[in-house]
Amino acid sequence: MPLANLSWRPLAELPPMWHGNVDADAWLVAARSTRASGGRLVTLWGSDRGAAGCAMTAAYATQDGLLWLDLALPPGQATYPDLAPLFPAAGRMQRAQHELLGIAAAGAVDTRPWLNHGTWPADWFPLREGSGLPPPGPAADYPFVPVTGDGVHEIAVGPVHAGIIEPGHFRFSVVGEKLLRLEARLGYAHKGIDALFARTAPEAGHRLAGRISGDSTVAYAWAYCMALENVWHVAVPPRAQWLRAVLLERERVANHLGDLGALGNDAGFAFGLTRFARLREDWLRLNGTAFGHRLLMDCIVPGGVATDLAPDAAARLLAQCDAAEAEVLRLKTIYEEHAGLQDRFLTTGRVTPPLAARLGLTGLAGRASGQAFDLRADHPLPPYDSLGTNMATHRGGDVAARVTVRFEEVLESLRLLRAMLGGLPAGAVRPAALPPARAGLGGGWVEGWRGEVFVALELAADGQRVHRCHCHDPSWHNWLALEHAVMGNIVPDFPLINKSFNLSYSGHDR
Amino acid sequence: MWNILKLMVQGTNASEPAPQEAGAEELERRRIGAELLGILGRALAIRQLDAGSCNGCELEIHALSNPYYNIEGLGIQFVASPRHADLLLVTGPVTHNMETALLRTYAAMPEPRLVVALGDCPKNGGIFGASYACRGGIARLLPVDVWVPGCPPPPLDILRGILAAVGRLKSAHTSP
Repeated sequence: MPLANLSWRPLAELPPMWHGNVDADAWLVAARSTRASGGRLVTLWGSDRGAAGCAMTAAYATQDGLLWLDLALPPGQATYPDLAPLFPAAGRMQRAQHELLGIAAAGAVDTRPWLNHGTWPADWFPLREGSGLPPPGPAADYPFVPVTGDGVHEIAVGPVHAGIIEPGHFRFSVVGEKLLRLEARLGYAHKGIDALFARTAPEAGHRLAGRISGDSTVAYAWAYCMALENVWHVAVPPRAQWLRAVLLERERVANHLGDLGALGNDAGFAFGLTRFARLREDWLRLNGTAFGHRLLMDCIVPGGVATDLAPDAAARLLAQCDAAEAEVLRLKTIYEEHAGLQDRFLTTGRVTPPLAARLGLTGLAGRASGQAFDLRADHPLPPYDSLGTNMATHRGGDVAARVTVRFEEVLESLRLLRAMLGGLPAGAVRPAALPPARAGLGGGWVEGWRGEVFVALELAADGQRVHRCHCHDPSWHNWLALEHAVMGNIVPDFPLINKSFNLSYSGHDR
Repeated sequence: MWNILKLMVQGTNASEPAPQEAGAEELERRRIGAELLGILGRALAIRQLDAGSCNGCELEIHALSNPYYNIEGLGIQFVASPRHADLLLVTGPVTHNMETALLRTYAAMPEPRLVVALGDCPKNGGIFGASYACRGGIARLLPVDVWVPGCPPPPLDILRGILAAVGRLKSAHTSP
């Protein structure tokens, strides 16, 4: 474990999480040694500690699990050492925490506002205790990084896109049809969810977490419940644990089916869209029948799952795995053998493995660029521990690699689903009653379909109140990588590249 | 190529009525389609606008384009420009950061224009409510013709909402 001289307090056994307090020097030493030993920055967040000032916290993923490092900032001290030179994705996270809490990275190069588009005063902080509601201000201009040179011009797109897409702004600097630079401006979907958690009862937070990014509702709800269960010492019944994994894999398959179709369509292959859209609709309908919600919202609750799976529903889920697998295998062959598709996919939107490692590219996009991390394989919870997960990886880093990884992950999820549904333990799906509330820190760390979702939960007032809940979306890292992936590509390939990542605006803006 | 053709002729093709669709849902879908065409006599153009949703509603709007609901076959298309749109389909609690874009999109639409508010969020902010970041709904900003509740509403409810809005357009036209 890096920083063996720190005193680590275990926060959870599975997945393993460790807590430690650091000073400003150790903050940087920890970051450097994590970087040097191949660890990753998962996320950064700040919290208000009242009379004690503030705290900045970093979460790193290492071979020993998740390291949760607290840096106390006493009153009067509003800065901490900048992590962006070591972990580029930290830059935007630090900018966001500055706007939410008023603590800044010392010496940061980029200090432009990120989530605040001028809608709240720059000296007012939503996450400070006792902050009243300020009057909304006028929208502020955002200084994009200019690109100059002969023939360079800008294309501005968004926040309203041409299609059924979440809001965000893209500023392309192009020469002819070649992309020199993309700069994204996000934050349009900022809903103040972090501040809202403080007004939400701990046992109801899973519903809010499940609406941070609708396409990852299972991953978020599970991560939130895991965090709460770690603080309150809730034992989740084995059957509920297995059903949670069934839900997570069904969410993964649903998203991959939708995106594989859309990827075909973005390359002019409407046949692929039609076939995959139909598969996805069948999949969502059975979700509704078996679990009561097409997108599986609110199916995971503190302590377990909301409803048990009926025996006939389990049989239908199993049968659907077989039907879907046969069709996906046929479509995989068609995608692989289609010269027109492969011509668009291959070498397009490339993130090389060294660049991916530098930027911290995560999740399925990371695995398509040689970043072989998957929590289901690295720190497996039941039932993944007994079933094993074959991680899909590729070193191509292009759209083709992300398509391949998605196909492989669908097939692996179908294998896992069959094994889970065939081996579901008997018993209750939630405890008769939750144990008494208690205060403390807890983390939830789940491999969602897009990548790792992490929820940090701090409960106060004997565990009756959420003091701070920070929910991290893998899109924070991958939006940054997307800007690199498009460089040198042609403008018309942007939608295809973007779809191959399919990042969450809402999950990022939060 | 042979694989594609084989799949197309294998009888599982999308243009056929799907086996699960023989029931009431499919009949209603067809009735909605016929009514829409009867009222408009042309394609209905929709500009969808995400005013800060969680993206759940967008997933269900996307589902309308799948072969089961086949929304384009019903004479409804999603358009890129609000200047081509008859109907604004809004999701989300209206974040402050999206308020200007929402108002400008509406202002760019030709009259008569319809507004359908989709999901629980536009009503009052839904689970996100009103805050420093959220307007807490669309009602004080735009005139809404039809509210479609749900989190998110299933595709058939979205279709019903669109039809109800078009029905209002028709009654506005025929009344003196």
